[in-house]
Amino acid sequence: MATAVMTTLDPKSRAASRGMSDLAIRNLFIIPTILFLIVFNIFPLAYSLGYSFTDFRASTNAPANFVGLQNYRDLLNDPYIWNNFAVTAKYVIISVVGQVVVGFGTAMLLNRDIPFKGLITTLLLLPMMLSMAVVGLFWKLLYDPSWGVINWALGLGKFEWLGDPRMALYAVAITDIWMWAPFVMLLSLAGLSAVPKHLYEAAAIDRAGPFYTFFRITLPLVAPILMIAIIFRTMEAFKTFDLAYVLSTQPSTEVIAIRLYKMAFQEWQTGRSCALAYIVLIMVLAITNIYVKYLNKVKER
Amino acid sequence: MAAVQTSGERALNKIAIVAVLIITIIFLAPIYWIVSTSFKPRNLATTIPPTVVFTPEISPFVKLMTKRSQLREQPTPEEYAAAPWWERMVFDGGEKVVRDGRGDVQWSAYPSRFLNSLIVAVTSTVLAVGMGTFTAYGFSRFKVKGEGDLLFFILSTRMLPPVVVAIPMFLMYRMVGLTDTHVGLIILYTAFNLSFSVWLMKGFIDEIPKEYEEAALVDGYTRMQAFFKIVLPEAATGIAATAVFCFITAWNEYAFALMMTNRRAQTAPPFIPSQVGSGLPDWTVIAAGTFLFLLPVAFFTFLLRNHLLRGMSFGAIRK
Repeated sequence: MATAVMTTLDPKSRAASRGMSDLAIRNLFIIPTILFLIVFNIFPLAYSLGYSFTDFRASTNAPANFVGLQNYRDLLNDPYIWNNFAVTAKYVIISVVGQVVVGFGTAMLLNRDIPFKGLITTLLLLPMMLSMAVVGLFWKLLYDPSWGVINWALGLGKFEWLGDPRMALYAVAITDIWMWAPFVMLLSLAGLSAVPKHLYEAAAIDRAGPFYTFFRITLPLVAPILMIAIIFRTMEAFKTFDLAYVLSTQPSTEVIAIRLYKMAFQEWQTGRSCALAYIVLIMVLAITNIYVKYLNKVKER
Repeated sequence: MAAVQTSGERALNKIAIVAVLIITIIFLAPIYWIVSTSFKPRNLATTIPPTVVFTPEISPFVKLMTKRSQLREQPTPEEYAAAPWWERMVFDGGEKVVRDGRGDVQWSAYPSRFLNSLIVAVTSTVLAVGMGTFTAYGFSRFKVKGEGDLLFFILSTRMLPPVVVAIPMFLMYRMVGLTDTHVGLIILYTAFNLSFSVWLMKGFIDEIPKEYEEAALVDGYTRMQAFFKIVLPEAATGIAATAVFCFITAWNEYAFALMMTNRRAQTAPPFIPSQVGSGLPDWTVIAAGTFLFLLPVAFFTFLLRNHLLRGMSFGAIRK
């Protein structure tokens, strides 16, 4: 973050003596945003931290009782919550691996002499720009065992995608891969096109095989950008709510965000859900930290 | 990649072209299916094998916009002849358009939900991009103590899962009466997009040479005048790209809208899935609603195609 362009802030300069001082302008431009974010993001979080130590239920008028760390203790000892985390982890792995394989593979193909490359790239990016909830919903029809296009196209008969508890998580992940593999493709393509051509020419002169070229030249040079894509998708998959909630009601697809939503807005265990929210929050902040480190690394190159 | 292509290279390239074509078709198929289903008569939406060739009709859109009820008895020939063309389409589907006591056609909830989406997305975009541009300029041009930490703080507010923020916000909104209001949703979306807009705009403003403003300052402009007359016009493309990104994010948002609204201020994303319900949904109507909802985003994606990479990486990758 040291890349910011900095001007000298001399309060006695000629420019600063007219109109507002640079210092005043800086504060006027930055402070409202910081305040806005504190009031509407940090203050609510502080508020819910308080509630996480109580047995408050938003559905009743009963006053909140302080219970100390009880909520946290209960949650961390609850096998059902651990199961929600396990489902989430499984979902993250399936969907991120799928996105990297499909996205990076497509980028490798597109990084050649392909006619209409610009148009094709734009068309491929369309799914990720669309609303996950609205388009995801339509996949319900595509997955339908009786008249879904997918079963018909693959000749699977009456195969149950969303109805089968073992299959449902994969079905949700496939839709997620469809939407977000283009994101990995977009970033990989940027990385691939930045690899200097002369490296490939040198490798060709040395009669290096395609595997050698890929693992010794292409992959190491694309790795930092690919890492950004992977960390970002991991974080998003960890937080996933829309798709799984719209597509499936199976317990086998109850990722942690859905559990949290149900606990807070259907079971009205407000205090407890605040505690769970904090557990999730700490995990997300840890991944965000890694993500920002990589962003800055790529920026500095 | 080599300057001279061998025959093996050329064959490989042909395979790549075919593979890319197949991948493109697979990726676009679901979108094509939404569009084609939205022009089908109901009985052709769920057939095996799927109906690909059919006479398109706009009855799904008529049904999407109107309130309907099941026909108990067939309309008399006079009634049928007197009805306008769109009402006949509803009759043909075995339903009738609901009219109020004065005979006025009752609209469905869809247009109002669509309008809510528009109001909330546009207002929050204007606020987020406006504030974000000022803040980005502040970070780009002036020394700020703890700049790295502040920028991380700004970004981290966007990374929080919506559910985590929604629980306390719901309790606070309930206290001040902001649940199910446009203002409530606009505040949430502005906060969500503000961090993104600061990060993206900072990248765009960093690219404008600071010599431009310095020259203007020497010419007697104040810092404010230099910002409005020199920097803003230079940053116009960046502002437009950032605005489109913020609009799409707010337009597509589902989780906050689901938890914070239920009727008056409900946007289209939570409304469309709520129409599926149990039993046999009319997929042509859902497809029509989805298609109309996707149109603005598809249009903006084409406008934005050269900036997608930059937006998706929070301004880190420029190209």
